[in-house]
Amino acid sequence: MSVAEKLIALDPLALRADFPILAERIHGKPLAYLDNAATAQKPQAVIDAVTEYYTHMNANVHRGVHQLSERATAAYEGAREKLARFVNAASPREVVFTRGTTEAINLVAQSFVRPKLKPGDEVLVSTMEHHSNIVPWQLVCEQTGAKLVAAPINERGELLLDEFEKLINERTRFIGIVHVSNALGTVNPVRKIIDMAHARGIAVLVDGAQAVPHARVDVQALDADFYALSGHKMYAPTGIGALIAKAEHLEAMPPWQGGGEMIRMVRFDRSIWNDIPHKFEAGTPNIAGAAGLGAAIDYLEAVGMDRIAAYEAELLDWATRRLEQVAGLRIVGTARDKAGVISFMLDGVHPHDIGTIVDTHGVAIRTGHHCAMPVMEFFNVPATARASIAFYNTREDIERLAAALEDCRRMLA
Amino acid sequence: MDLKDLYQDLIVDHNRRPRNFRRMPDANRVAEGFNPLCGDKLTLYLKLDGGTISDVSFEGSGCAISVASASLLTERLKGATVEEAEALFADMIPLLTGKLPENAPREHFRKLAALEGVKEYPSRVKCASLSWHTLEAALKNAGQPVTTE
Repeated sequence: MSVAEKLIALDPLALRADFPILAERIHGKPLAYLDNAATAQKPQAVIDAVTEYYTHMNANVHRGVHQLSERATAAYEGAREKLARFVNAASPREVVFTRGTTEAINLVAQSFVRPKLKPGDEVLVSTMEHHSNIVPWQLVCEQTGAKLVAAPINERGELLLDEFEKLINERTRFIGIVHVSNALGTVNPVRKIIDMAHARGIAVLVDGAQAVPHARVDVQALDADFYALSGHKMYAPTGIGALIAKAEHLEAMPPWQGGGEMIRMVRFDRSIWNDIPHKFEAGTPNIAGAAGLGAAIDYLEAVGMDRIAAYEAELLDWATRRLEQVAGLRIVGTARDKAGVISFMLDGVHPHDIGTIVDTHGVAIRTGHHCAMPVMEFFNVPATARASIAFYNTREDIERLAAALEDCRRMLA
Repeated sequence: MDLKDLYQDLIVDHNRRPRNFRRMPDANRVAEGFNPLCGDKLTLYLKLDGGTISDVSFEGSGCAISVASASLLTERLKGATVEEAEALFADMIPLLTGKLPENAPREHFRKLAALEGVKEYPSRVKCASLSWHTLEAALKNAGQPVTTE
């Protein structure tokens, strides 16, 4: 953080003006958007980058010698370089563009892990994983006869690190762990987990979908073998994301999908794969999405990730205390290290009704199982309501949620 | 769009005090309904006596709309014929999705008409229709041995 950044605290009201959708009126009321863990809103700079791409650059990448193709390739590869810098990857070669976190995890499951698994082997994850860091491993386990093991959490929604370590054994072939839980907000000690795994020669994938938008992530400092992320949760368009992976792994992995772009030479008897990362990017990619992601990273760098983290931590703390004052409200997920998310139950009001009622107040939150059914099962709830914050949220947004929740209680409890 | 159209007093009342909310050990038709989106779960019990539904009850948990819908269903169908129940099912789904023609007869809905408000809330239609789809499943398992746990 520069000295200037330290001196000037983040001004959410000024930043809100960069997000045109925040001026929308919902049922005649101003929008309080508190569903950022589902997807974040897009600043004008990102919207402009997508428009700019289709207006002045649209062409296929790495294919043509004409000017537009050069521009498209520069935008696409430029975004790769920006993302590599943003998460401190060792090189842009370590950035594979995907549709998002889900596709990145499936890629690792099928290309890196599947060839290593034999019947009786184990893949270890935690109870608080998103379905996207459960189901790809279930599929690969079904294909190979390996077993998926889930490490337990405590009543606060924290990973039991000792239990996690005990579950790492001579059959463990791979570990997947979420950096920040989308359902609970828990921040996991991923560096410690990676150290534990590496001490036993096991590679680790970190699901960083909810971490990257909220704090500075340094994949080299984490020593993560694989780090998966989604553009749309970090203010970029949907349909673009990335797998950040150590080059040594990518070099050794077979291609996942075949097609154009991922080859250097094709003959019917044999084809030669392209270099990494292109070996894993079959077909025409989401070029406009990448251009938007590049713009989102520029935007986040300009605001400053450290300032974002500091502001959001303060707002999360304030919001937690404010919502705890709502009669009958119980927070699900009270980890000591949390980011961005407040999941809760309201006595006498089902989460689904909460979602509908607060929506009529212009307040957007998520209700349901948050694609983390094992978490719901652990806390013995069918669903929760979840408010998730971004740096453009204010105490006013939280006040409006609290007032809307009081209305839920009046109507239904 | 007025929230009061959705959460009418009748619906709020049936959510707070669901009618026929009990297990039925001697039911001869049982079906379970599950809405994975919001985690609503209900079990519907029927006692068929010839062509008549002599008793109907339910158990489970869910949002106000799904609980009230199930409660209103049991109230409406107790003593009805299977034929009447099938006809109601055929009309309920259009009522909830806003596809019932303007001039269609509505008298037979009686209190169930209060559920029509969900048509303005597409994401909530499934909550109101869950108990009706469960009813359909319970009626269709004719001839199969019914467990009463």
